[in-house]
Amino acid sequence: MTEPRGATARASADALARVFSDERALVLAALVRSLRDLDLAEDSFADACAEATEQWPVRGVPDNPAAWLMTVAKRRAIDRMRREQTFARKARLLVVPDVAIDGNPDELDLDRPVSAVPDDRLRLVFTCCHPALSMQAQVALTLRIVLGLSTAEIARAFLVPESTMAQRITRAKRKIHDAGIPYRVPLDHELPDRLTPALAAVYLVFNEGYSGSAGASLVRRGLAAEAIRLGRLLVDLLPDEGEVIGLLALMLLQASRLPSRTTPDGGLVTLPDQDRTRWDRPMIDEALVLVERALRRAPHGVHPLQAAIAALHAQAQDHETTDWQQMVLLYDELARVAPSPVVGLNRAVAVAMAGRVDTALVEVEALVDAGALTGYHLLHATHGELLLRAGRADDAADAFTRAAALTDNAAERHHLEGRRITATHPRPS
Amino acid sequence: MKYMLLIYSEETEPTGTEAEQAAEMQKWFAYSEALVDAGVMVSGEPLQGTETATTVRVRNDERLTIDGPFAETKEVLGGYYLIDVPHLDDALKWAAQCPGAAYGSIEVRPLMEIPGM
Repeated sequence: MTEPRGATARASADALARVFSDERALVLAALVRSLRDLDLAEDSFADACAEATEQWPVRGVPDNPAAWLMTVAKRRAIDRMRREQTFARKARLLVVPDVAIDGNPDELDLDRPVSAVPDDRLRLVFTCCHPALSMQAQVALTLRIVLGLSTAEIARAFLVPESTMAQRITRAKRKIHDAGIPYRVPLDHELPDRLTPALAAVYLVFNEGYSGSAGASLVRRGLAAEAIRLGRLLVDLLPDEGEVIGLLALMLLQASRLPSRTTPDGGLVTLPDQDRTRWDRPMIDEALVLVERALRRAPHGVHPLQAAIAALHAQAQDHETTDWQQMVLLYDELARVAPSPVVGLNRAVAVAMAGRVDTALVEVEALVDAGALTGYHLLHATHGELLLRAGRADDAADAFTRAAALTDNAAERHHLEGRRITATHPRPS
Repeated sequence: MKYMLLIYSEETEPTGTEAEQAAEMQKWFAYSEALVDAGVMVSGEPLQGTETATTVRVRNDERLTIDGPFAETKEVLGGYYLIDVPHLDDALKWAAQCPGAAYGSIEVRPLMEIPGM
């Protein structure tokens, strides 16, 4: 029997890794439900993947990889339990039986279609994103367990030592066990409350990948791609939830701009200056369909509205010809359902672009005075741009200085420095 | 699993008319009844105010007795419930229904399970 060599070996290793990654959530979630033990499920899944790595290149990938992995993982789990001479391991999970199948027929939720069996993956996601865990813990756990990123990869993404991240994950698992966080899908009436933090965790991951909070490089696309993968999974599992669809649309629209967001040497290109021919059009087309779907199901939802705003940018030929009037209306609605100083700031930008620069400047200066966004570099950057357009170059330079001092990101700082220089050295007219 | 619901709130003089105060008390009675009806109540008691508290510490064989609660805090422990429910989500659901949750904080903590006890 010949072993695959060199590039072939690497290619098949990559292909295998992709299969394991694709099937991970499905198999792991089902394993957790059977075994009632997160660690045991992860370990035996890893065992099964190791066995597949040996056997599949020789025997071929099975038609149903998930079923194969599941069968082998269960066998490995029993082996492990025997080796440890105990069937009652430390980390037992409280698995809550699904009412629709196991419960009292009188308690059936009649709105739930009879054929719908809650996907085990939903249980996994909602357990990892439980509000009893800190947001940091939710994010770490979801990346590790649902998406299968290694602890080292997650640590690198969030710029903490690997031991710190490992501890964070261990503590989170321990809290799940000690505090009795159940392995279950939230009931329909609980979903809105539970979805909000889950979606926030996903978007946090995306933002880390999209813009990165610190460090020299602006983009860590791997993390953004993982967040989108998670978003797609959630849309698969919850196809009628407007907020879930809206979040995926939003992430796709932002990600579509990534190819144009940096210069070859890692500098930042802001939205007005981006080369729109480099935007990922297929991604945008997919997202535009999702935006419609999301708005139909949740017309006043935060994510659908944010996605609709991003869609306006995606559909515009250039910055100036964006439908700014419509943008202001969308921001009006967003400010109504989810008011915040940041929304106020973004709305002011739209107002300025719609031609009412003086009004926008007044609104931004009110925000500056209000003080809520004092540490937010984009407030001062926007203030600077509006002051520049109003002909107040010195004030603009001050604002850009403030903004530059407030960002951790080297590429953004460099950009703001450039704006400050423009303000202090206006080109002769 | 057994959970303790620790009810924390600011100590203020009761406000409102007699009727309003009676209505507030009624909320607590109704809540306790609901716990009993659901079969999850183990125990639950209100505590008297922190002005009735005395704190004891023994350090180096010396007993220190101090007037007042263990620490001066804005929100103080006002009472507790001990409930027996299948998992945390149920405990959190009951905590949210506690009248104290509307103006104070309910800490939900599982009891330590000691094997053999």
